[in-house]
Amino acid sequence: MLNRITDTLNFQTQALTLRAERQRLLASNIANADTPGYQARDINFAKALREATGEIGTPGALQTTQRGHLAPLAGARGESGKDYALQSQTNLDSNGVDMDRERASFADNSVKYEATLRFINGSVRTALDAMKSHNQS
Amino acid sequence: MSMFQIFNVSGSAVSAQSQRLNVVASNLANADTVAGPDGQAYKARQVVFQTQLMGAGNDGGNAGVRVTNVTEDQTPGRRVLDPRHPQADADGYVTYSNVNPVEEMVNMISASRSYQNNIEVMSTAKSLLLKTLQLGQS
Repeated sequence: MLNRITDTLNFQTQALTLRAERQRLLASNIANADTPGYQARDINFAKALREATGEIGTPGALQTTQRGHLAPLAGARGESGKDYALQSQTNLDSNGVDMDRERASFADNSVKYEATLRFINGSVRTALDAMKSHNQS
Repeated sequence: MSMFQIFNVSGSAVSAQSQRLNVVASNLANADTVAGPDGQAYKARQVVFQTQLMGAGNDGGNAGVRVTNVTEDQTPGRRVLDPRHPQADADGYVTYSNVNPVEEMVNMISASRSYQNNIEVMSTAKSLLLKTLQLGQS
């Protein structure tokens, strides 16, 4: 029973880590809005989450075919998960940051990060409630 | 915690943008200076930004900004005929600096918008981190 509760907690933790990583990536894009030649990057969140939870294989991940092989850490992600954003308007200094899109993604990611935080809080509260004795109010 | 890196990234961008604002301010201040004793008028300066990878074990995600160098605009300065001016040359021309005030104002607005954007990114990251610290409470 408790195992099932912590399972959802694990999933939400992976999601939170990925949200934090995406937030960092978007902050880098906004920081480099005036850097010549910089190309904006982003994470395909749904795909990255499936990779992190092991639902689909990570491209380029290490295979463990022998007993002595080291397994990659849970949630270990390579360079392959990050995509370069396509420019919506060409720029003379070949900077690929679309500020409108980045700000929109940043706001969207902030809200979803907070949502994930609330889901975790809810799971923790559920687990604590389940552990309470019945004659306590 | 990868989110803490946001402060490094946005902080570097804010300091680069403030250096850009500094350069704009000195350009505008020198918009009407005439050639000095060496015969060289003030030349408009521009900052050059470059991406700077930050943090140990960097996976290419946190890219900050730094100013690599400050270039001088080499176009010849404005020359005005004013034979009675103390700095006039043999032909009676006075050489002013080559600062274009309109360009500088546009540059200033762009720098100030980028500065604000990065400040907002930092305040969002701060509030998210504070909420993360309260995880499991309440």
